[in-house]
Amino acid sequence: MSSSALKTFPGGLHPPDSKQATAGKPIELSPLPVELILPLSQHIGAPAEACVEVGEFVLKGQMIGRAKGFVSVPIHASTSGEVIAVEPRIHPSGRLLPSIVIKPDGEESWCELFPADPEKLTAAELIERILQAGIVGMGGATFPTHVKLSPPDDKPIDTLILNGVECEPFLTADHRLMLEAPKQILAGINILRKILQVEKTWIGIEANKPDAIALLQELCAGTGIEVVPLAVKYPQGAEKQLILALTGREVPSGSLPMEVGVVVQNVATAAAIATAVIEGKPLVDRVGTISGPLIKKPKNLRFHCGTPLQHLVDLCGGIEHPPAKILAGGPMMGQTQLTLEAPATRGTSGLLLFAKEDLPLRPQTPCIRCGRCVQVCPAGLLPTTIAAYVRLDLIEAAEQTSAMDCIECGCCSYSCPAAIPLVQSLRQAKGMILEKRRGA
Amino acid sequence: MSEPVYISSSPHIDSGATTSKIMRNVIYSLLPACAMAIYLFGLPGLRTLLLCTLGCMMFEALCNKLGGKPGTLSDGSAALTGILLALNLPPGSPWWLALLGAAIAIVIGKQIYGGLGYNPFNPALVARVVLLISFPVQMTIWAAPTPFSTGFDAVTAATPLGEWKTAVMLTGKLPENLSAGTLNYLTGNMPGSLGEVSALALLLGGLYLLVRKVITWHIPVSFIGTTLLLSGIFWLVDPTRYPDPLFHFLTGGLLLGAFFMATDMVTSPITTKGMLIFGIGCGVLTVLIRLFGGYPEGVSFAILLMNAVTPLIDRFVKPRVFGTMQEVKG
Ligand code: SF4
Ligand code: SF4
Repeated sequence: MSSSALKTFPGGLHPPDSKQATAGKPIELSPLPVELILPLSQHIGAPAEACVEVGEFVLKGQMIGRAKGFVSVPIHASTSGEVIAVEPRIHPSGRLLPSIVIKPDGEESWCELFPADPEKLTAAELIERILQAGIVGMGGATFPTHVKLSPPDDKPIDTLILNGVECEPFLTADHRLMLEAPKQILAGINILRKILQVEKTWIGIEANKPDAIALLQELCAGTGIEVVPLAVKYPQGAEKQLILALTGREVPSGSLPMEVGVVVQNVATAAAIATAVIEGKPLVDRVGTISGPLIKKPKNLRFHCGTPLQHLVDLCGGIEHPPAKILAGGPMMGQTQLTLEAPATRGTSGLLLFAKEDLPLRPQTPCIRCGRCVQVCPAGLLPTTIAAYVRLDLIEAAEQTSAMDCIECGCCSYSCPAAIPLVQSLRQAKGMILEKRRGA
Repeated sequence: MSEPVYISSSPHIDSGATTSKIMRNVIYSLLPACAMAIYLFGLPGLRTLLLCTLGCMMFEALCNKLGGKPGTLSDGSAALTGILLALNLPPGSPWWLALLGAAIAIVIGKQIYGGLGYNPFNPALVARVVLLISFPVQMTIWAAPTPFSTGFDAVTAATPLGEWKTAVMLTGKLPENLSAGTLNYLTGNMPGSLGEVSALALLLGGLYLLVRKVITWHIPVSFIGTTLLLSGIFWLVDPTRYPDPLFHFLTGGLLLGAFFMATDMVTSPITTKGMLIFGIGCGVLTVLIRLFGGYPEGVSFAILLMNAVTPLIDRFVKPRVFGTMQEVKG
């Protein structure tokens, strides 16, 4: 498969994909852990507000945290059991954040569900169901889906894109989902099409998943949904890069995809939407890839939201040595975890464990101006220059050099021979610019 | 969990590229040229290579020591500078010239700016040009190649570029046998600096750098392409006075300069667009200096001049930021 013939975007690179360990492994169901930790913040936006008390018995799917504001979603009990604590617990972000702790009763008894026929619901009713089910972007961004589906009237949407790219190394959860639950995904896509009334629907998949491409192409025949193989290149799955590759439209700097009439949803989100609307079940579980060199039996697991990471590790054969690095998400954009006691949440697409010898630990050396960071940056930035501005505390200069356009993909740091933590500097620059703007 | 875990910013994997790997690869790519230099110029050539390389490493270590800085020998940049310097010197250079060159390259060309990454000019070229200006006689004694030579009493001769220039100045015409030497130019059987003579060895090394993705094509292709194009135009205008592009291509330091000196990352632009401008500038200056300047060879001066312009290029030539219609102003 020649990658030059496939659609793609400028910049980017080819990290080793490391997906062999789990790409062929069917999704397994994770049994219940002894305790579920459900942070009230499993999404971008305002945290939910707890609406249960310690000692209360809850049913699976019952709302336990109420959405607070428009950019927020409710949290649901991911199994039936007793609320044993409502207190700050370690969150995947590394902070202690308010969480609801449930001791499962092992029954998995659902609350009363209200299945529905999406055909008979209006767009507004569908969006309401999606909101009430707590659906968020499951590719890792965890942005509340109902917000993305409610663009202002002056931003007409004509294109829906389903993101099945999964360009992060190691991760295969979306790949497996496309192979094992394609109809669920399609049902979700149809709901999205009904809401958005788009003319064009694309499913973008990296060409390294020919089985998923073939299967979806077959199922989509005659539906008007176009399944497009994309060049294997990181970060092909980044929203703006994906839109450019498929539609040729470039989302303007500082704008959202709706500016060019596009809504992008992850394939796993589409599947969750179908479950929510048709079966009436909220988002209480998801599929994630448990892998990395330290994991003995790497797997794709469907786990309850709130499952402690340690439980997932145990299900994959445990580990012999304590990990030197614990990652939630992929190795390019994932977040390091302080401990395996932290829970996997709605946004956890993967859990990767590394031993010390797997880590690129080397001292930082001076920038040799090799230009590699510039050439790989998909945002068209000068990472080394912005990093230098940050070191000199020249925030205004960083802002003028478009630091805010950084998508934090990690390509620059990945390719830097001097081991300069460029992304860290870019993130710092963005933080300081935002702070300055708020202050101004 | 008793062991501490590493908390760090993403990404958590890297390409494995390191500065020392890059430098090592450039050194490997120069090995064919070094081998040819030793073959063609014998022991004096080997001596110059060793003196420059070891000299540069010694001065680098000394500077680190005096500056109280951690050792940087392992990054390979000092050794590389030494090799490049040697390849830019006349084969039979006296020992003091080689060592002086090493000192100038490392101390004045690199360390006073703060070491690797901060020097505006290519250190080896700084040394070459300072030596050329200070010791014009010693720097232009060109030994004719005498394979497997052991002696230091080699026959001297003019370089092809020098021969041409002298002829044109005296008679207003090209010397007769100029392009008869093409095959010799290709293999390096001509007088010249240690490393510039064998076009084949240099092309081989350049190809290696491109294949290993140590450098991109932008600088060598635009540099050489511009040189060929511009010298071709002059040649078409007056072939009795101006040598043909192939002569320009094969003689003098063009290949050494275009693949190994102009591509020095520290002293060339960071964007690909900037690299093209840089290469074109090098090419234009090389041809102008060769044809109209006081020295027969212009590659070193051309690169140094473009080194000086690099900050300006980087200031104005920027990649297009995603989602913007025009380039951001610096
Ligand atoms: S600067 Fe930002 S967008 Fe560019 S490569 Fe680095 S992380 Fe990616
Ligand atoms: S990749 Fe690293 S060494 Fe190269 S220019 Fe960028 S910051 Fe400098």
